[in-house]
Amino acid sequence: MKEFLEGSHAIAEIVKACKPGVISAYPITPQTHIVEDLATMVANGELTSQFVNVESEHSAASVVLGASATGVRVYTATSSQGLFYMQEVVFNIAGMRLPVVMTCANRAVSAPINIWNDQQDSISLRDSGWFQIYAEDNQEAVDFHLIAYRLAEDKRVMLPVMVCMDGFILTHGMETVDIPEQDKVKKFLPDYNALYKLDTAHPISMGLLADPNYYMETRFAIQETMQESIGYLADISKKFNTVFGRDYKDFLVEEYQIKDAEKVIVAMGSVCGTIKEVVDEQRAKGKKVGLLRIITYRPFPYARVYEALKDIPKVAVLDKAVSLGAYAPIAVELKAAFYGKKKGPKVISSFVAGLGGRDITLESIHEVFRRLTVKEVNSDFIDLKPELLKEEYGE
Amino acid sequence: MENNPLFKSGHTACAGCGQAIAARLVIEAAGANTIVVNNTGCLEVFSTKYPETAWGVPWIHSLFENSAAVASGVEAALKYLGKKDVTNVIAQGGDGSTGDIGLQALSGMLERGHDILYVCYDNEAYMNTGVQRSGLTPFDTNTSTSPAGAKSSGNLRPKKAVPEICVAHGIPYVATASAGFPMDITRKVKKAISIKGPKYIQIHVPCPLGWRYETNQMLPVAKLAVDTGLYPLFEYENGILAARKQITPKPVEEYLKSQGRFKHLLNNPEEIKKIQEIADNNIKKYGLKVEA
Amino acid sequence: MFGPLTVDPLKSKGDKTGSWRVQYRPHYLHKDCIACRMCLIICPEGCVHGKEKNAFYADYNFCKGCGVCADICPKKDIVMVPEESKGEDK
Repeated sequence: MKEFLEGSHAIAEIVKACKPGVISAYPITPQTHIVEDLATMVANGELTSQFVNVESEHSAASVVLGASATGVRVYTATSSQGLFYMQEVVFNIAGMRLPVVMTCANRAVSAPINIWNDQQDSISLRDSGWFQIYAEDNQEAVDFHLIAYRLAEDKRVMLPVMVCMDGFILTHGMETVDIPEQDKVKKFLPDYNALYKLDTAHPISMGLLADPNYYMETRFAIQETMQESIGYLADISKKFNTVFGRDYKDFLVEEYQIKDAEKVIVAMGSVCGTIKEVVDEQRAKGKKVGLLRIITYRPFPYARVYEALKDIPKVAVLDKAVSLGAYAPIAVELKAAFYGKKKGPKVISSFVAGLGGRDITLESIHEVFRRLTVKEVNSDFIDLKPELLKEEYGE
Repeated sequence: MENNPLFKSGHTACAGCGQAIAARLVIEAAGANTIVVNNTGCLEVFSTKYPETAWGVPWIHSLFENSAAVASGVEAALKYLGKKDVTNVIAQGGDGSTGDIGLQALSGMLERGHDILYVCYDNEAYMNTGVQRSGLTPFDTNTSTSPAGAKSSGNLRPKKAVPEICVAHGIPYVATASAGFPMDITRKVKKAISIKGPKYIQIHVPCPLGWRYETNQMLPVAKLAVDTGLYPLFEYENGILAARKQITPKPVEEYLKSQGRFKHLLNNPEEIKKIQEIADNNIKKYGLKVEA
Repeated sequence: MFGPLTVDPLKSKGDKTGSWRVQYRPHYLHKDCIACRMCLIICPEGCVHGKEKNAFYADYNFCKGCGVCADICPKKDIVMVPEESKGEDK
């Protein structure tokens, strides 16, 4: 049913439709509205989940870990500092192969403290063994939660999924969203049937000490599963389209006007909406430009990216995060996708924009296309204000 | 109990480990319909090294400090499944993981009122990592990070009163126990399990390696801690001191003599006096002395 | 694909920790035993078995020789003897 509502409210609606047994989260801007909504739904009896108000994010993640280990579907949400506080639990959940689904309302990280959007938080946890999928708009944010549960709970997968949506831009933005009806959700998402769980009828031990003779295979297995899951995503996407009539193709990337493009920007998340407008503007003027939107960031779809961009002469990667002291995160993946291959762009330039919520305007994107020349640049910051920089402290 | 052990032989605890004794008594008292959530520590490491497990009940270990939070999740899931009334949930850990790094998670669990029994195995230091001092290490104890030396008589701070912190959370049952009184452990666990809501039991468990005594001396050492007044055994029910083990107090020096970790105090009457004061304060506070 | 993840207790046999004993093992005299069961209750390994009087024993496959059972026995019916002693059953 189509509704005009705030992104956070839309997420709460879809989570309600997924019927998690246990919800636990700790408030942090800009995720708060999601969790407040869910609390209201529980208070009104619309949702019969156990809602656990914890004293920290570390405990929020621990609560959903324990509940998921007991064989129940769970949900949590966080951002930025909260995600970092629960980092060891995040790695723990993936290592224990529990199908937790989390919304990450992407927000910049301290210091300095900043509540506005960039993607540093989730990107900093890219090694964790969680799937990471990035929504461009609120419809995707809603749909991706359904796909997340279906993917996570697949008996061949059993890995947690992080659905990333840009904080404030999407969480607090009002859009028309088609909220899936309960009967359709039931068709797409079966009840959770745990592969292993804490059950007095069949006792098992979970979370044992694995010495050097046993540890490595657990990590290898997760790596293999993530590789295999690239194939499963296409099937899930197909099923999603059958039930809901929205086609996410292979659920890895979105190609926007790249067929004969001479310059393509690669980016993730809501900024792609802005980029699409600039692409349309430039195309109307006869400029051959395009956008490759990354939807699934982990596992990174190297083969798919190669296929899409192998004939494109110039590629600009727009990162909303930075790996301080090295090349930007997505740019590194792009370069790795083409290294040693027969075909590929002559130039892969890397740009950093939007950190700490600095607005990425149409003009910013025009500037990226302008700076994408035969001379490769790395971690080139867009819309930087040089007047704020000093050589010495206290100048 | 014998045919289907809930805590099996073949684990790799040190010979004579007080914590192993207590852990076995706890799970046998709670019974097979129990899910156990364990913090990182000696107990977790020696009882579950892949591919072996000593636990005949469902058991999970996540991290060092979060058993109270993970157990909260297990309890919430059981509530959702309608199984909480027939399943006990025990969260457990050592003194370090409970009173130091895990204090926040414990506080949250108690404050939210989950139906969980938390058991703290108090061997008075971070034993698993090599006998480093914790917040529950007693005053003047020699540990690897509070060593006795020319300028120090050991741990500078008094023992953190974690049971009292739990009482302050307004929970229905808080108790201390000791491996020197095994039947008392069983009684207290059974009693706690029968109460709905958050419960806390702290068990004094001697550690032959960390405390430095011969393994077969576990009982005398544990009993002396209680009989000197240094480790009061009590029960708080709904915030009121409901029961305590009364003693004919022995001088603390007897307890200090029994273990290597206090050896440096034996020529130091000034420090012994301070420790005697701690014992005397406990005796007064809890009314431990048997009336003539 | 999955790696080592969980363990079924029924499939776990434990380590033969009896091999740890180097000095002493408990010798159950089976003379004055009153079947109070304290030896069985206090054993850290849970390797003491028995029901009737004078019929308790330690499973030497697992017994680490800590001596707490000998210490707790109210009848002193358990003595710690050197590990090389002959004539022990089980």
